[in-house]
Amino acid sequence: MTPQPTTASADGPPLLEVRDLTVEFRGQTGKVAAVNGVSFDVRPGETLALVGESGSGKSVTSLAIMRLIQRAGGNRVGGSIRLRRRSGDTVDLLAVSEDEIREIRGTEIAMVFQEPMTSLNPVHTIGAQVAEGIVFHRRVSRKAALAEAVELLDLVGIPEPQRRIRNFPHQLSGGMRQRAMIAVALACKPNLLIADEPTTALDVTIQAQILELLQGLQRQTGMSIVFITHNLGVVAEVADRVLVMYAGRIVEEAGVVPLFGRPLMPYTQGLLRSVPRLDMMSGAHEELEAIPGNVPDPTAMPAGCAFHPRCAHFRPSLCDTAVPGLEPADPEHSVRCARWRDVAAGVPA
Amino acid sequence: MSSQAQPVLEVDGLVKHFPISSGLFSRSRDKVRAVDGVSFAVAKGEVLGLVGESGSGKTTVGRTVLRLDTPTDGTIRFLGNDITHLKRGQLRPFRRQMQLVFQDPFSSLNPRMRVDRIIGAPLAIHEPGMKAAERASRVEDALAMVGLPRNSGERFPHEFSGGQRQRIGIARALMLRPELLVADEPVSALDVSIQAQVVKLLLDVRAQLGLTILFIAHDLAVVGHVSDRVAVMYLGKLVEIADTRTLFSDPRHPYTEALFSAAPVPDPTIRRKRIVLAGDIPSPINPPSGCAFRTRCRYALPRCAQEVPPLREVGKGHLKACLRDDLDLVPWQSQALTAASA
Amino acid sequence: MTADTAIAPHGGQTLRRSTRYRTLRRFTRHRLAMFGLVVIVLLVMACAIGPSLVPFDQFQLNMRARFREPFATVHILGTDELGRDLLARLLMAGRISLTIGFAAMVIAVTVGTIVGTIAGFYGGAIGSALMRFVDAVLCFPTIFLLLTLAALVSPSILTITLIIALTAWMEVARVVQGQIRALRERDFAVAAEAMGAPDRWIMFKELLPNAVAPIVVAATLIIARGILLESYVSYLGYGIQPPVASWGNMLEKAQQYLTTAPWLALLPGLMITLAVASFNFLGDGLRDALDPRSDLT
Ligand SMILES: Nc1ncnc2c1ncn2[C@@H]1O[C@H](COP(=O)(O)OP(=O)(O)OP(=O)(O)O)[C@@H](O)[C@H]1O
Ligand SMILES: Nc1ncnc2c1ncn2[C@@H]1O[C@H](COP(=O)(O)OP(=O)(O)O)[C@@H](O)[C@H]1O
Ligand code: SF4
Ligand code: SF4
Ligand SMILES: [Mg+2]
Ligand SMILES: [Mg+2]
Repeated sequence: MTPQPTTASADGPPLLEVRDLTVEFRGQTGKVAAVNGVSFDVRPGETLALVGESGSGKSVTSLAIMRLIQRAGGNRVGGSIRLRRRSGDTVDLLAVSEDEIREIRGTEIAMVFQEPMTSLNPVHTIGAQVAEGIVFHRRVSRKAALAEAVELLDLVGIPEPQRRIRNFPHQLSGGMRQRAMIAVALACKPNLLIADEPTTALDVTIQAQILELLQGLQRQTGMSIVFITHNLGVVAEVADRVLVMYAGRIVEEAGVVPLFGRPLMPYTQGLLRSVPRLDMMSGAHEELEAIPGNVPDPTAMPAGCAFHPRCAHFRPSLCDTAVPGLEPADPEHSVRCARWRDVAAGVPA
Repeated sequence: MSSQAQPVLEVDGLVKHFPISSGLFSRSRDKVRAVDGVSFAVAKGEVLGLVGESGSGKTTVGRTVLRLDTPTDGTIRFLGNDITHLKRGQLRPFRRQMQLVFQDPFSSLNPRMRVDRIIGAPLAIHEPGMKAAERASRVEDALAMVGLPRNSGERFPHEFSGGQRQRIGIARALMLRPELLVADEPVSALDVSIQAQVVKLLLDVRAQLGLTILFIAHDLAVVGHVSDRVAVMYLGKLVEIADTRTLFSDPRHPYTEALFSAAPVPDPTIRRKRIVLAGDIPSPINPPSGCAFRTRCRYALPRCAQEVPPLREVGKGHLKACLRDDLDLVPWQSQALTAASA
Repeated sequence: MTADTAIAPHGGQTLRRSTRYRTLRRFTRHRLAMFGLVVIVLLVMACAIGPSLVPFDQFQLNMRARFREPFATVHILGTDELGRDLLARLLMAGRISLTIGFAAMVIAVTVGTIVGTIAGFYGGAIGSALMRFVDAVLCFPTIFLLLTLAALVSPSILTITLIIALTAWMEVARVVQGQIRALRERDFAVAAEAMGAPDRWIMFKELLPNAVAPIVVAATLIIARGILLESYVSYLGYGIQPPVASWGNMLEKAQQYLTTAPWLALLPGLMITLAVASFNFLGDGLRDALDPRSDLT
């Protein structure tokens, strides 16, 4: 079964439209543009993967969508994030009132974090935390909410949910905590689930469980998922479309099959070649290629294409002067590289 | 790697239990069975990979083998010498021949020491008579070998990125040209594009120096890429050990099969049916009776709860600890192929 | 492996400079700590060079100029019941108080650090025996201990210093022991162990430099306490003996004249408060500035 590039892509307008999102933090060492002019759509029912190395701006993007970035202290969030609400209205999440965003969080957009231990409240039971959202948003009785919490815990595959609702987060294993976290996120049946590295802290066998769970839930509810990860294997398994981020910008956007099959941006190519694969066993050492150098320091971004100090295709005065634009190579595949045509044509570095 | 030559490391029946202290006066009888009878040998110049889930005891094996912990039972022979019960002072001469690379590139370097002193420390300790100038040039050579600028020595660890710190840790470990290197998840904490750099570096120095490496990781693909042989651990025990090719093409233990199946494959055209293991790894305080894997094994029989499966030979140099021989397990390739053709 | 040799380290110089800079800035922003630092510098300078600038000797009696009020005569801060210049006495007393405070601190920090390091490093039987001992000493009420000891030995600067140090080292030992025990578990300590480093090396080269911040903070607070304790025992008559001046025994003498010559009590009292408060403020400021959570990036 080959993946259908977004079964749901056709039906109607996008659920979420992010346009020119820019997030700047003011720190002691100056201004840091953590996210820089990021635009993308999330279509109904799709899984959009956001990949990139640590510090590339994945988490900041997701926090901006949830409007969880403190704007105080000189931090700046610019651009627009338009969500098509269940009622059919379209609102800009960066402009709506505090009350409205609070209503949207949890009911229409929910988030799952990397470290469930820090995002679950250690002093409340699992049951109380799942029920809390239900009571808060749907104003049902506490008893009804608890009953629903049991169902949810069952849905996310926590054994003996009746007993587990009385447990505190530290009494659960890492995988179970992540399941509980997902249950909390799903309590109000959101249209959009943002999962920020939900499996990074977990073992492969537990990761497989959580991926299976998320995919199953998506099939059942038809929600869209923004899946943030740095693990390309996970991307290949879950994503319909992929955004590759580097140093706060999107550098490539494509369906998962073209992205893995015909990556156009040298960074994406390097990333794909530097992942060891199960078929590259001992004796085939040469196949692994590393990208030289390091992820750039956010306070000292290279001029022009931020990837240029590490790029084999680098051309002086072309790549290090202006930031290349995100150009469509075909309607479903965009790339930010001044030389993508040469790269695509296989012109050697 | 002649099979006649004496192994660099021989571990026999290694056991490490940690007592659980439950308060000041009550001495609890419970203990964490972190490592529960592990035997293996590593030949000179060989890379042995050790994989397993979190808490399966990999780090404990690594640290006990280096005698940073004292084993509860079993023997450890290093270059033919029994080092199981040596005291700290007696271990010192062996220390220069066995070294460790850590998982966390941030806590493994002393934040208050300059990099040249960190890398030079093994020399300062084992060759205190060496002239400062010679030490400095040895440090520079080591920096160059791991691909760091020669003047990196003047800086402090926090001025380097994770990958560079990992290089510093490797330079320190290799300073005295050790015979054995234990690398405990040396790339797990690194960014994807940096992981490959460090893996390549380890393979390079291994080729240059003829190192013997115990390579610990939880990522099968990385382990398979680096190792000549792979040992799979589950709940303090080895469940399977074979040369990499054999293990990947012909896994004989249900847990190995499941691990392969769970590992995500970076190819979207392959969509497989994953074998999803139910539940979590059980607690090492109270491991299941019989076969420790039985609570998650889809092939478990009633007798798996009674008999502890011994690690026994199922092919040349291929050992497994499973009672059943009638299983037709799927290596990862065919898992992938069947899925793709379906 | 060679391709990236040319790449400059991540963050590079800026990062390191900014870490130190941030520590410094956290400190300079701490108003009270800056106040304390300034007062301490002024006090130390005044006590060091002041006496040679004041045209009177602290012991010089002048029965015709007793109880002169401050700012009324050539005796800027007035004179005491024997007509001695109060400023000269205050500054000389300051020398003694500060010396005792510093010396007691040095001794207490040295002893405390060594005991704490050994206890923290070895743990087990040695460690717990040492720490039990520390706890036992800590249980003694300090003042009681101080007075008992002061009553038993003949008071002098040296004995007072030793006695104060004796009551202060345990806290340093506690702090250091805790730090060393935590640091021991860190990978870099394990790395040193794996290198075959001798215990001395691990304790003093690897671990202790990472515990400097809390030791410095404790040291500052010990000076403050030393000054206070010295005043206290001197006030009770067991400390520095007249005619040598100390803020404490000046205060004691002044009691009799509280109504007729209140400045005799006020001024030494003020000096004690100022010195003790300043060192405490400095300690607080250092604690915040050196907070490892913000210091280690
Ligand atoms: N000092 C200790 N005291 C008590 N229990 C310990 C100690 N060190 C390890 N353990 C326990 O021993 C078991 C094995 O731990 P170990 O660190 O060897 O696992 P690991 O395979 O390296 O896991 P990971 O992949 O998470 O690094 C775990 O259950 C752990 O909690
Ligand atoms: N609250 C904050 N204040 C200042 N800088 C921040 C903050 N949060 C994130 N950053 C910076 O923004 C950049 C992107 O971070 P992030 O989105 O967390 O990366 P990742 O892709 O790993 O999720 C990084 O350089 C990070 O240091
Ligand atoms: S713009 Fe230039 S430096 Fe950047 S990725 Fe393309 S070729 Fe490389
Ligand atoms: S012994 Fe039984 S439970 Fe254990 S792995 Fe084999 S079949 Fe599974
Ligand atoms: Mg992140
Ligand atoms: Mg480990």
